[in-house]
Amino acid sequence: MENWKKHLQTERKRWEETIVKKVTDRFPERKETFVTGSREPVERLYTPGEGDDQYLDEIGFPGQYPFTRGVQPTMYRGRLWTMRMYAGFATAEESNARYKYLVSQGSSGLSVAFDLPTQIGYDSDHALAAGEVGKVGVAIDSLADMERLFDGIPLDRVSTSMTINAPAAVLLAMYIAVAEKQGVSAGQLRGTIQNDILKEYIARGTYIYPTQPSMRLITDIFAYCSKEVPKWNTISISGYHIREAGATAAQEVGFTLADGIAYVEAALQAGLDIDEFGPRLSFFFNAHNDLLEEVSKYRAARRMWAKIMKERFKAENPKSMMMKFHTQTGGSTLTAQQPDNNIVRVTIQTLAAIFGGTQSLHTNSRDEALALPTEASVRIALRTQQIVAHESGVTQTVDPLAGSYYIESKTNQIEEEAFALIEKIDELGGAPRAIDLGFIQQAISDAAYAAQKDIESGEQIVVGVNQYQIEEEAPKDLLRVDPAVEIRQVKALHAMKADRDQTSVEEALKELKAVCQGTGNTMPAILKAVRTYATLGEISDVMRDVFGEYEQHVRL
Amino acid sequence: MRPIRVLVAKPGLDGHDRGAKVIARALRDAGMEVIYTGLRQTPEQIVRAAVDEDVDVVAMSILSGAHNHLLPQVAKGLKAEGVKDVLILGGGVIPDTDIPNLKTQGIEAVFTPGTTMETVVSYIRSNLKRDLRE
Amino acid sequence: MKAVEAMLNGSRRDCARLITQVENEHPKAKEILREIYPHTGTAHVVGITGPPGGGKSTLTTRLAEAFRAQNKRVGIVAVDPTSPFTGGAILGDRIRMKSLYEDEGVFIRSMGTRGHLGGLSKTTAGVVQILDAYGCDVIFVETVGVGQSEVEIVQNADTVLMVLVPGLGDDIQAIKAGVMEIGDLFIINKFDLDGAVRAKTEIEMMLATDQRRKAIPLVYPVTASMAGSNRAEGIEAVVEGIIKHRADSVENGQWDARRKAQVRNEILYFLRGELEAILKKELDRWELEKVYQRNQSPRERGEEILRTWIEEGRHGKKD
Repeated sequence: MENWKKHLQTERKRWEETIVKKVTDRFPERKETFVTGSREPVERLYTPGEGDDQYLDEIGFPGQYPFTRGVQPTMYRGRLWTMRMYAGFATAEESNARYKYLVSQGSSGLSVAFDLPTQIGYDSDHALAAGEVGKVGVAIDSLADMERLFDGIPLDRVSTSMTINAPAAVLLAMYIAVAEKQGVSAGQLRGTIQNDILKEYIARGTYIYPTQPSMRLITDIFAYCSKEVPKWNTISISGYHIREAGATAAQEVGFTLADGIAYVEAALQAGLDIDEFGPRLSFFFNAHNDLLEEVSKYRAARRMWAKIMKERFKAENPKSMMMKFHTQTGGSTLTAQQPDNNIVRVTIQTLAAIFGGTQSLHTNSRDEALALPTEASVRIALRTQQIVAHESGVTQTVDPLAGSYYIESKTNQIEEEAFALIEKIDELGGAPRAIDLGFIQQAISDAAYAAQKDIESGEQIVVGVNQYQIEEEAPKDLLRVDPAVEIRQVKALHAMKADRDQTSVEEALKELKAVCQGTGNTMPAILKAVRTYATLGEISDVMRDVFGEYEQHVRL
Repeated sequence: MRPIRVLVAKPGLDGHDRGAKVIARALRDAGMEVIYTGLRQTPEQIVRAAVDEDVDVVAMSILSGAHNHLLPQVAKGLKAEGVKDVLILGGGVIPDTDIPNLKTQGIEAVFTPGTTMETVVSYIRSNLKRDLRE
Repeated sequence: MKAVEAMLNGSRRDCARLITQVENEHPKAKEILREIYPHTGTAHVVGITGPPGGGKSTLTTRLAEAFRAQNKRVGIVAVDPTSPFTGGAILGDRIRMKSLYEDEGVFIRSMGTRGHLGGLSKTTAGVVQILDAYGCDVIFVETVGVGQSEVEIVQNADTVLMVLVPGLGDDIQAIKAGVMEIGDLFIINKFDLDGAVRAKTEIEMMLATDQRRKAIPLVYPVTASMAGSNRAEGIEAVVEGIIKHRADSVENGQWDARRKAQVRNEILYFLRGELEAILKKELDRWELEKVYQRNQSPRERGEEILRTWIEEGRHGKKD
């Protein structure tokens, strides 16, 4: 074996010095160094490398530790991924219509986008909500809105993902309450709440409470759901926004898994059993344009999480070691220039996610660098997934890129880099402390700035932006949220408030406050408050009062 | 000559600050003093900071779609404080069709996705309303 | 000057513009500082210093809130480093000061060091004077936390807060060399972190063995960043400490001594600057070839120049 490798190295050297040199002397390569989308150097050629003799330990078979090749043994031969289109805007009625449309077009799961006031726990009539109601998602003030949002959608038959973090407990409680009214028990509910506060502090910005009470709310949800809503994915630990903020592929993996480690530690500290909550943890990654780097990224992340759960946390249930993840194509890769080109970018990114073995996928629409997507754009994005699923043939075998010298080498390299980041974060005292020190934010903002400089120097070509530009007319047919939506939503909120039983609302909020001040699980009290039609803002205010508010940590 | 002072602000609830941070760095590297306010600023807070810090430029980044509501309020607020020599800029996901209206309301330039840092830097340098020697 | 009058009558905008002129050493700056000087001297200037990552901005914010609760007008001057390469700076202290933004009784001004070493900018003292004349009762001056070179804050503040955090063990060793003696109050921020109690003991021991100190300063444990039911603790004690430090120093004569030293320093600083400019010109008139050729030492030549300059007037003599 060793001899064989030495021989390969000698032959490689000979090839470089003779065959390659002869060509490059006359025709130099296009660039001196080639780099990935994350600005990592790429070699001219990859050959069988170190570690190939560790196939069984490091790569193995799909559905088996360390899950490098996928979490299920048959992958898409068994079942295609869930085509889950993130949608929501304006009022509950309008979003409800969009969901029904998506389901009729073959979307297999719902994904709810909430507007910013909802995500930050403000009612639509709050001063800070002015101008934001219904803009980036649907406005939900109370159970009444949630009932309208899922009207006519049987919650025992769809799986619903909700992009909600700081007030995740409240929205989950509302979902449970709507299901009750439909006669569906909590035990039947399937879906995911994002519930990942650490990446809000790092990159996305919709935080409310300080770190400690936020971590408590998260572990309260873990504990409550493991008993009452057992099929629910209680967290979606997200690298997506970390990448959007400018991180490299390896940073996306390293920082996301460091967050994951922090959640596991918090749950263990709260007395939960690793093999009880472990299988309910899920992840959420980005898909950027560098196809091969991205595929390697997912494979590295899966292997790393398996190792972390088994070796670091001593999980025994293989399900705890399986990294299931959702993918969304990269919003920051979309261009406002020649927006139709974005369809091609999204196609490449879709392939990356599927070669990477994702469990579900959202594809962005071509017009999202300009505004919220129109129905026609969303349809093309969904069709992109369907074409890859049914026409491209890439689903016919499991992990088809495995064994590519480059892919395996890149997978190893990302793993190594990401583990080094995790080690650094461990040294600083874990992810929450590293965030507090601004370490993670600074690393991301450095990478973002470097990437922007590369675009401006022309080092990185972005088609239609710094090359191949054309004169364009301002795009038409953009989706606009009517400013009257805000007025309607506020009116509905006030009408609802006038109609409810005020005494039971006040009692429920008082009880919630007492629970927050103590150490008990907050979920039952939140659910009780939600049922009285206490608003999201009222519930969040009780918690703001007890927990205080997070203060941003920025390092530039 | 003194350095140009710029307030970089994130109005509204939008938490996407990649653009704001990249611009803040680019302006610093172009020799400007950048006062960065962080997330979730109300128009009133932005006006107050602009007055106290006596900046030459107020640059606001917004991706949530609330630009038509929030940006003109800052322009109005500055006017009410008697500040007429501050250059007010907007950036982010802002449809072209909204830009003329923002301009009539006092937002002098709007930079949409794909704008280079160099464009912003040179726009600021050549459109200042104050004499840096004054 | 009209702007000075308007500022004295409470115009915020004029206050801001005067600061700009003073900061930029505008030709009018001298006149501005002369006109406002009789209106200064009432504010309590509190310097806040310490290594980076200690949460100085958050602590400043909490202290400002506490003084506001006592109805005091508060000024904050936050100094951040200027890049020596580009002359640009990112001034980010406001991020932590959001709660103060809408309070009429607080004036926040961010400054870059603009090439000046020592944790402050060259014109910080002038800016503080404007805020003093503007009517601020307490002015917090937050320095660049560079560790070793914050000594200058002593020459600009009546009370100096040294802010430390647990877990920076090596840093405590490093800063004790030249900086430990400048703190009047020692704050251990982020006291909820591991190792806090040990850090407090270490600092107390260090202070107790400092021979130069007449009285051992108190060490205040603080959690400035806590919120809600875990509300910031220790802030009230620091506020009391600041007020007490003023009262004590007034009583034992320190207050006056320090202010006089500040005035002397300011004059000395001015003279040094002016003299340096004059001497630079003088030096240009002198032949230095012997020194370049290593036939005379720089020091020797310097003494000759100085002697000639003092005894015979400013005219240099060419050998």
